[in-house]
Amino acid sequence: MSAPRPPSALSAARAVLYKELTLERRAPQTLTAMALFCASAFVIFHFALGRDEVEGALASGVLWVTLTLAALLGIGRSFVADREEGGLDGFLLAPAPRTALLIAKATTLLIFLLIVGVFASLLFSILLLGPTPNAAQWASLALLILLADLGIALVGTLIAGIAIQTRARDLITSILALPLLIPLLIAVTKASEPLLSVGGGTLAWRWLALLGLYDLIFGLLAYALFDYLVED
Amino acid sequence: MPTTKSLYGRRLPGYAIATAIVLTASIALAFFYAPIEADQGFSQKIFYIHVPLAIVTLGGFVFGGIFAIQYLRSGESRHDLRSYTAIHQGLIFCIGALITGCIWAKAAWGQWWVWDEPTLVSFLIVFLLYCTYQPLRFSIEDPERQARYAAVFAVVAGVFVPVNFIAVRLASPLIHPRVLGSSGGSLPNDMRIAFYSALLGIALLFITICKYEMSSKHSRAQLAALRRSIGGERDEPAPVRSAAPRIAVK
Repeated sequence: MSAPRPPSALSAARAVLYKELTLERRAPQTLTAMALFCASAFVIFHFALGRDEVEGALASGVLWVTLTLAALLGIGRSFVADREEGGLDGFLLAPAPRTALLIAKATTLLIFLLIVGVFASLLFSILLLGPTPNAAQWASLALLILLADLGIALVGTLIAGIAIQTRARDLITSILALPLLIPLLIAVTKASEPLLSVGGGTLAWRWLALLGLYDLIFGLLAYALFDYLVED
Repeated sequence: MPTTKSLYGRRLPGYAIATAIVLTASIALAFFYAPIEADQGFSQKIFYIHVPLAIVTLGGFVFGGIFAIQYLRSGESRHDLRSYTAIHQGLIFCIGALITGCIWAKAAWGQWWVWDEPTLVSFLIVFLLYCTYQPLRFSIEDPERQARYAAVFAVVAGVFVPVNFIAVRLASPLIHPRVLGSSGGSLPNDMRIAFYSALLGIALLFITICKYEMSSKHSRAQLAALRRSIGGERDEPAPVRSAAPRIAVK
């Protein structure tokens, strides 16, 4: 009798992704915490800045600082359940390629970030944003959220993989993630600025190119290095 | 635990003497041979320390990443020690580059910190990232895992440096003098000689200090091993949690 074939990276990733989404659906923790954090942050910004409405660079800064800090919550929770409940050991015992875990975790984080990104942008436009973006500007903002969230998800999964084995997990996640995300934040805040200004503006392609470059480089890095993080 | 028998202190005296000679010569060249710059006057002399410090810092980080790749490929602890030392000393040189940059900014533009200055801002971001290297190592107890995770960090951070420089440069107007560029403020020959000798001096200083650190750590490990062999196993001290790589000596 021949031995059963090991699952491919994609089918294993699909199984882990299904597990992650089912877990979040049955016991919503991460997504609700991230969404609530965004809402609270906008209220705090309203009082801290002393403004009813923001626009331009300030609006872009408020939106992306909030989304980045909310992303840190998601990154911090990424491997916690697997570590505490032995899911990581179970995965390592299975004859599945370790890249599957990277793909599944990064996709889960990306889905969470996209949902929170859409929710936070809509809430931001209601609570704080002065100018009303038109359809083209909303589409550009959606593209920016997609590209930025992809970068955050890739870097975040790599960092979560490092931080989960450390004693000061939460501290390490924050101090590692924030400097690493600075180039991405520079690009996305600069690109969002004209979209959130009075009179409107268009998307500058050089920032999109920088975001794409960032995603590509850190995607390749995560792919090359993730195996070393789940060796034991 | 992997063992190492190589001696790091073998060429240390030679490097130390070369460093002393080249650094002294470069200081003499900077102050007595290179002319006073027309725009900034005497304060421009800090350029002969600041720029070499910055270049050597980046070199240290790059080598830290290269040694980390070698560690990940081979698993030999000497590469981890080299990577750790290069990043550790690179961080100290980075602080030097930031402080001298602040002093130069104050002298040239009247402010200790200027956000319009992409190179200085990039350096601050790189510094903030590499500052997490020691806490990361310190928070992992198992030496093998500590070395592996630190190596992954060193590779990621090494790749991050150029991406960060591109992003910050795109975001700010250029006011930093491009002293070695093909256009703009290229150096006259007498300044160039003083600058290159200062760069060589600082690079030698970096190598000497790295070799000294590795040699010191190695000697301490050898001494501990000798003490253990004389005093028996009961004298072995309890393992202390440390950010530095642990060296096992046969």
